Amino acid sequence: MNRLDKLFSEKENILNIYFTAGYPKLEDTMHILEILQAAGADMVEIGMPYSDPVADGPTIQESNQKALDNGMTISVLFEQLAKLREKINIPVVLMGYINPVFQYGAERFLQKCADLGIDGTILPDLPAPEFEEELKPIYEKYHLHNVFLITPQTSEKRIKEVDRLSKGFIYMVSSNSITGAKSDIAQKQIAYFERINALQLKTPRLIGFGISNHETFKRACAYAEGAIIGSAFIKLLANSQDLEKDIAQFVKQVKGQV
Amino acid sequence: MIQVNERGFYGKFGGAYIPEMLHPNIEELKGNYLRIINEPSFQKEFDQLLKDYVGRPTPLYFASRLSEKYQTNIYFKREDLCHTGAHKINNTIGQILLAKKLGKKRIIAETGAGQHGVATATVCALMGIECVVYMGKIDVARQKPNVERMKLLGATIVEAVSGSQTLKDATNDAMRDWINNPEDTHYIIGSVVGPHPYPDMVARFHSVISAEMKTQLKEKTGKENPDYVLACVGGGSNAIGAFYHFVDIPEVKLIGLEAGGLGVSSGKTAATLALGREGVLHGSRSLVIQTEDGQVIEPHSVSAGLDYPGIGPVHAYLYKSTKAAYYPITDSEAMYAGLECSRMEGIIPAIETAHALAYLPKMNAKPEETTIINLSGRGDKDLKTYIEWFGDKS
Ligand SMILES: Cc1ncc(COP(=O)(O)O)c(C=O)c1O
Repeated sequence: MNRLDKLFSEKENILNIYFTAGYPKLEDTMHILEILQAAGADMVEIGMPYSDPVADGPTIQESNQKALDNGMTISVLFEQLAKLREKINIPVVLMGYINPVFQYGAERFLQKCADLGIDGTILPDLPAPEFEEELKPIYEKYHLHNVFLITPQTSEKRIKEVDRLSKGFIYMVSSNSITGAKSDIAQKQIAYFERINALQLKTPRLIGFGISNHETFKRACAYAEGAIIGSAFIKLLANSQDLEKDIAQFVKQVKGQV
Repeated sequence: MIQVNERGFYGKFGGAYIPEMLHPNIEELKGNYLRIINEPSFQKEFDQLLKDYVGRPTPLYFASRLSEKYQTNIYFKREDLCHTGAHKINNTIGQILLAKKLGKKRIIAETGAGQHGVATATVCALMGIECVVYMGKIDVARQKPNVERMKLLGATIVEAVSGSQTLKDATNDAMRDWINNPEDTHYIIGSVVGPHPYPDMVARFHSVISAEMKTQLKEKTGKENPDYVLACVGGGSNAIGAFYHFVDIPEVKLIGLEAGGLGVSSGKTAATLALGREGVLHGSRSLVIQTEDGQVIEPHSVSAGLDYPGIGPVHAYLYKSTKAAYYPITDSEAMYAGLECSRMEGIIPAIETAHALAYLPKMNAKPEETTIINLSGRGDKDLKTYIEWFGDKS
């Protein structure tokens, strides 16, 4: 069974943390994963850095650029994750833009993901029809899940389509914005969350964008299976002198355990 | 004529590789653009503005001294005589009318050299619509006169400080703005790039160039078609405008000239067709100059308007299907061709355009053959570059 399916069948209030591979330092990837798992993150999303991340705000743009300057590539990331499953048992998904994946070779990429014990991908600029025609059979062959996004602007027809195609979870973007735009969950968004809940989708959902602390995490969890924190965590990494201590404290604070 | 399929593909190039956050904007455009631009009221207003405001039809001019020098028949399609000094305004007029029909209140655009930014700021002033232009921080510094023009026209300039701080980053930031403002804003892209329906839509707005070429050539020479059409290629908008009505006529040879920079193998080049590999940039699948790992490489060209690491998907398709041929021109070849045109025809071309002129000595056209060069823009904006390049020699 895919680890994502297991997680979603067993747990509520799932905390998914995003961080950029190779950031702040090239060799930090596995280290941060281990700290996150020990601190109590339920799953992680590792960002594969890209030169032109159009859906991301300044915080994640900078982490992408820094990681690229550090020498991060998909091949390097796969080397770093060679012993992933000796140490990490929470679900791990890779997030990134489609161009580097195409260059690596989509099938080769997915095969490698499966070999390493990656559970799925989030590729925001991969269109659904191209996924379905070209890649879905490969995902199925390797038991990998691909996660699609919805936003407050996504039509009901399209949401149903996303629900049909999504495996693992649906990434529910909380507002019409790039990442890191604002840190809040407002009344307008709650109406959107409620509207989605009323659709009775088959796929579980995680809410992302604008989640940064216990307050926003708790609010999101009231309307979905859990939430995703990205920019706020990258900011923490950027300023941290002691990753172990700061990450542990951050995760506890978000989960309301302090 | 050259058509995209339902999903915006020319062969395997094109499409709409966009994050979900952009989907509603693109969907709205895709669902409406053909209906709107085919409405008689739209066409009437578009044609009227092209005539009275832009100054169309632009002349087809017989370049007699260059023709004599190269022992063939050379015509210039004078897009440099369009209002604002380049072909870019054909597209911005079309898109501003479309934006109005869609009820949009705010326009955003990206610009490299500033020509598309000026053309966008101009039509926004004309229509009284708010205009925000994204421009890489480095380009703001090196294209001062166009920055001043845009400001005078009432546009707000936002410096793109991400990545390499040039055209591709300005495009990223314009897309991010559009994600953040999905309801009231229209994004006027400046070339045949971006997600479907942009490449097709922008090509249609520029297709007037080759439509006029055909009628004017017939009037002047009695010939149905030229033997060659030459155009410079950045994203490829002036080139596709010049090729549009000739694409399926095998006896017309279509030639695009791209920016070779310091040379295709110098590492300082923008020759996308020569060097690019298949990939996705700014929402479409095309050829892209990139590393083995799929990171986009910052290009180089003496001409800011050709300094782009991608190319419109239609050109990737024409290139791969050999319906058109494309060659790189170095910075130096372009600069000398610009000087030659200035001295022999009294026309100072944009340095972008000079890349097309630089093919003349290489093409060996026959005395009975006819070549039309799309003179995409005038060189006023490039005076500083020309003067610094030639110094005392000029
Ligand atoms: C005069 C002129 N020609 C050509 C170009 C290149 O654009 P495209 O390839 O879209 O025609 C530009 C772009 O700024 C330009 O200003």
